[in-house]
Amino acid sequence: MRLAFQAEGLVKRYGETTALAGIDLAAEQGTVLGVLGPNGAGKTTAVRILATLLRPDGGRARVGGLDVVKDAAKVRRLIGLTGQYASVDEDLTGLENLVLIGELLDLRRPQAKLRAKQLLADFDLTDAAGRQVKTYSGGMRRRLDLAASLVGRPDVIYLDEPTTGLDPAKRDDVWTIIRSLVADGVTVLLTTQYLEEADALADDITVIDHGKVIAHGTPGELKRIVGGQTILVRPLDPDRLPDVARVLEAVAGRESESPSRGVLTVPVDGDAAFTEVVRRLADERITVTELSLRLPSLDDAFFTLTGRHTEQEAAA
Amino acid sequence: MTPHPGSGRVHPNRTSGERDATQPHVRDQSQPFLSNATKGVKSGEAGLPFGLVRHSIALARRSLTKTLRQPEQLLDVTLQPLIFVLLFVYLLGGAVSGSTDAYLQFLLPAIMVQQVMFAGMATGVNMNSDIGKGVFDRFRSLPIARSAPLIGSVLGDFIRYVVAIASLLGFGAILGFGFAGGLLPTLAACLLTVVFAFSVSWLFVWVGMLVREPGTVQGIGFMVLFPFTFGTNMITPSNTLPGWLHTWVDINPIAHVMDMARALMLGTGAVTGPVVWTLATSAGFLAVFAPLAVRAYRRRT
Repeated sequence: MRLAFQAEGLVKRYGETTALAGIDLAAEQGTVLGVLGPNGAGKTTAVRILATLLRPDGGRARVGGLDVVKDAAKVRRLIGLTGQYASVDEDLTGLENLVLIGELLDLRRPQAKLRAKQLLADFDLTDAAGRQVKTYSGGMRRRLDLAASLVGRPDVIYLDEPTTGLDPAKRDDVWTIIRSLVADGVTVLLTTQYLEEADALADDITVIDHGKVIAHGTPGELKRIVGGQTILVRPLDPDRLPDVARVLEAVAGRESESPSRGVLTVPVDGDAAFTEVVRRLADERITVTELSLRLPSLDDAFFTLTGRHTEQEAAA
Repeated sequence: MTPHPGSGRVHPNRTSGERDATQPHVRDQSQPFLSNATKGVKSGEAGLPFGLVRHSIALARRSLTKTLRQPEQLLDVTLQPLIFVLLFVYLLGGAVSGSTDAYLQFLLPAIMVQQVMFAGMATGVNMNSDIGKGVFDRFRSLPIARSAPLIGSVLGDFIRYVVAIASLLGFGAILGFGFAGGLLPTLAACLLTVVFAFSVSWLFVWVGMLVREPGTVQGIGFMVLFPFTFGTNMITPSNTLPGWLHTWVDINPIAHVMDMARALMLGTGAVTGPVVWTLATSAGFLAVFAPLAVRAYRRRT
């Protein structure tokens, strides 16, 4: 597989502060790399280097095989950037914003207008096209910002916390957009503080903290780092719960728990235990309405990796 | 990565089976959402020449649109010239020239130079607050020259010069300014003044790139503009000045620009010398401060 972008050993210092202490990031073409970490972990710094906005103090980064420092101008033809805050002009209308970017990307004015109108339609902003952006809602702004980063039909899109501050419905809209971009073959670097978001969108996740990579893998692999999986059983007949408990204890070698009424769970070490539980439940003719092998949440994984919970968990 | 050949994109042939099975990658296939967002002719293949000029003009249009949408931003260049003219003409007119009418002829061309320079200072102030906004990140991530956003903003502020001059000359005409030099020389004086202020505005843009707060740019701007614009023969003929100040006025480039404006608009005195001076100092300011401003912008993160 070809790598759409690749960063090796990126270092960035601001005076005494080390924002990045040598991180590696890479994504294959047409995939989503989730960069997960709490506030101040270095996510935005890494994105800014890959977007040619910052020069690294050490290491190197390439986009489409081109060096972000030496071939910055060429890299800029390949990328689209959507920052944490909407990087559009508040005083201009939605249409004017997109036309301006089209012109800066060397489209002739009529073409730029055509492209802008297309994108406004795609992002459901046609009715608001002639209004100044400062009258837009948060969700509309974010959509316009995404549209702005797509004017040049980029190969790689950096989305720096694209859903921060959006309500769940608006967030789902953005997720849908990201999925359709990937379906079109675009490579996405998505930074997020939301574990759920990385889990839902990313093919691979790099977890960073204090400017270092502390884990990398698929969402599934990361969850497995925590070690345990959990079997959950809900029998059709609640009277069979003691039998289920006996089966689970026999297989797992430890006592089961009942997190809610009519449900029993037990931690197990591997997938093999699941098959065994299924076989024994069948032998005992216990009918179940729910039976699952669950991985721990990404927050559990983060806790295991860093010894602390992510911010929104701590705040909850 | 190979460039995309015209229309159509290379789709990675990934099947859903290669995805992590735990992932809920659900997409409604019936909805060809954004199908035209990423397909088609890639931009930048239009092969249009003169990128810097086109980009700067597009950005100048942005700046102009913004200003016209907030006309109150032009209040300073509209009212300040009026206040200055009124104050000086009626406070000093009798004492310096014997009559307010005679003094108006003396003052107006020179104060036009000063007021247009103040308008240029505002470019640096505005850009300092503009550059902190997210849209400048977008500009930096686009394949355009680093200087284009700066040139665009400076060109867009051309409107401020025009308004300052129109306000000043219109009000001057009402008070009785004669335009003794004639229409064409007056236009030439306005044009040369704008050229000069445009060049000097790069100094303020540079300052605007170096400091954090717009207020600081304004503070530094006033500190520079007051001694340079008042330390001239703008409000009083230099032959009444003490020797050291007389020397200062002789070497102050702005005094020469004011001489140029007077010579052309009043039709008196030598023209060639002051015009050459004006063009030479304009070129000097542009050559020194435009590259400094672009470099400071590049370094600012």
